[in-house]
Amino acid sequence: MSLDDLYRRVIMDHYQKPRNRGRIEDGTVTVDLNNPTCGDKISVQMRVEEGKIEEAKFLGEGCSISLASASMMTEAVKGLEVDEALRLVDLFSRMMQGEDVDPDEFPLEDIEALQGVAKFPARIKCATLAWKALEKGAKESVQKS
Amino acid sequence: MSHYAKDFPILNQEVNGNPLVYLDSAATSQKPFQVIEAVESYYKEINSNVHRGVHTLGTKATDGYEGAREKVRRFINAASVKEIVYTRGTTTALNIIASSYARPRLKEGDEIVISPSEHHSNLIPWQQVARATGAQLKYFPLEPDGTLDLKKAEETITERTKLVAIAHVSNVLGTIFPIKELARLVHRHQGVLVVDGAQSVPHMKVDVRDLDCDFLAFSGHKMMGPTGIGVLYGKESLLEEMEPFEFGGEMIDHVDLYESTWKELPWKFEGGTPNIAGAIGLGAAVDYLESVGMDEVDAHDRRLAAYAVEKMKEVEGLTVYGPTTDRTGLVTFNIEGVHPHDVATVLDAEGIAVRAGHHCCQPLMRWLGVSATARASFHLYNSEADIDRLMKGLQKTKEYFGNVLG
Repeated sequence: MSLDDLYRRVIMDHYQKPRNRGRIEDGTVTVDLNNPTCGDKISVQMRVEEGKIEEAKFLGEGCSISLASASMMTEAVKGLEVDEALRLVDLFSRMMQGEDVDPDEFPLEDIEALQGVAKFPARIKCATLAWKALEKGAKESVQKS
Repeated sequence: MSHYAKDFPILNQEVNGNPLVYLDSAATSQKPFQVIEAVESYYKEINSNVHRGVHTLGTKATDGYEGAREKVRRFINAASVKEIVYTRGTTTALNIIASSYARPRLKEGDEIVISPSEHHSNLIPWQQVARATGAQLKYFPLEPDGTLDLKKAEETITERTKLVAIAHVSNVLGTIFPIKELARLVHRHQGVLVVDGAQSVPHMKVDVRDLDCDFLAFSGHKMMGPTGIGVLYGKESLLEEMEPFEFGGEMIDHVDLYESTWKELPWKFEGGTPNIAGAIGLGAAVDYLESVGMDEVDAHDRRLAAYAVEKMKEVEGLTVYGPTTDRTGLVTFNIEGVHPHDVATVLDAEGIAVRAGHHCCQPLMRWLGVSATARASFHLYNSEADIDRLMKGLQKTKEYFGNVLG
């Protein structure tokens, strides 16, 4: 187990310079989640129009893994159809369980750097918090429409 | 590791290629082989239900179970074994007090006073009692270093204060709260004092008659005993007037179709088959701690806490929370710019186990103005060398994040 598998440069970059941090004025769905075991908090906001995620932003408190993961998630879902976003949630969840995901299945880009988290079981919950918020938000937006 | 470490088989292992340094005893302590063997020999030799059978094994199991109760009584200097109720742990003990003592007695206009540094287990039960009875929940003001000013405590406790609940030792700040003085203030207004002893009983001599607390709750697993066993101490007169917490087998005297009567103390609070192996293991843990001597344990744990605080103060960018003096067993800290989870992960890679998070004290985290902290906590098997390893690990953490964050 090497720390460098966990703290990849691209993760640290997202941690230091989080993308899409903030609020969306005309957001259509907001999800606030806590990780009660460690105190991490996240609020994910999206603007979903006609089944498409036009914009996604987050605010949160947490460790490098949880904030970097949130930053990457908001980048990845922008422009996705809601059902595509839910497929990505499923893929990410399998990735966290240590499954080798097929790069052809989805263009992972920066998210691929989070694969190393699977080797640190205590940190998987940090990485998945933002994705749980996405899942909940995506499902809520389907119910609303 | 200290020379006591040889009694703790789990410590003799490598974690991530490094000798294990276990600094998470405030979450749960390790167990000496004397405790492990006591539990093993119970299951191998005398496993049987208690207070039931006429057969020989049943008698032996009952003797072991009740013998351990007497050891616990002596350990905290309770007046009688009637005052020693076995529970699942501190949480259950506090919930029994909240449900069976406080709920039926408190009403609108009464006050419950606790401290903002309480563990959730000594906070939420009182929130629930306040909601159910209309009593008001109030908080002691804490000083900036996490100590309690008795003058201010005296002003907070009024003639309406029916119950004060406070940890003897804070699981985050390490503060030792002045229980004896608080008991005097609470009793002046005929209130009762509930003490959460989860972090004090494992580390220092706790004498309930000297402290004059009305209730004391503590857990076996933090004092080198097994998990799933703990103790509710209550003054006999108070326990006597309380209704049972759980109803069923083992706690009854006479059962009729429409009503029943209860066994005498302490068994009226021990419905169902109890954690017999846990109680016997707890008795062995008491024997172990007494063989070392609680004065020695106390001095050892305070010395390590003072040593850690002193070393940490020398590190730039490291904040230590809680009082600088009169603390025991643990040190809570943060490294500037590095989240405590990340600190704990780097330390784990070095074989060093610390806790990171809110330590079941979310209101206290807000009081400190942080979302989480890291905590190193000690027990008899630790030594200054373990803290030196921790300090090296923290140095490495700073360097590592200095590099990766550029």
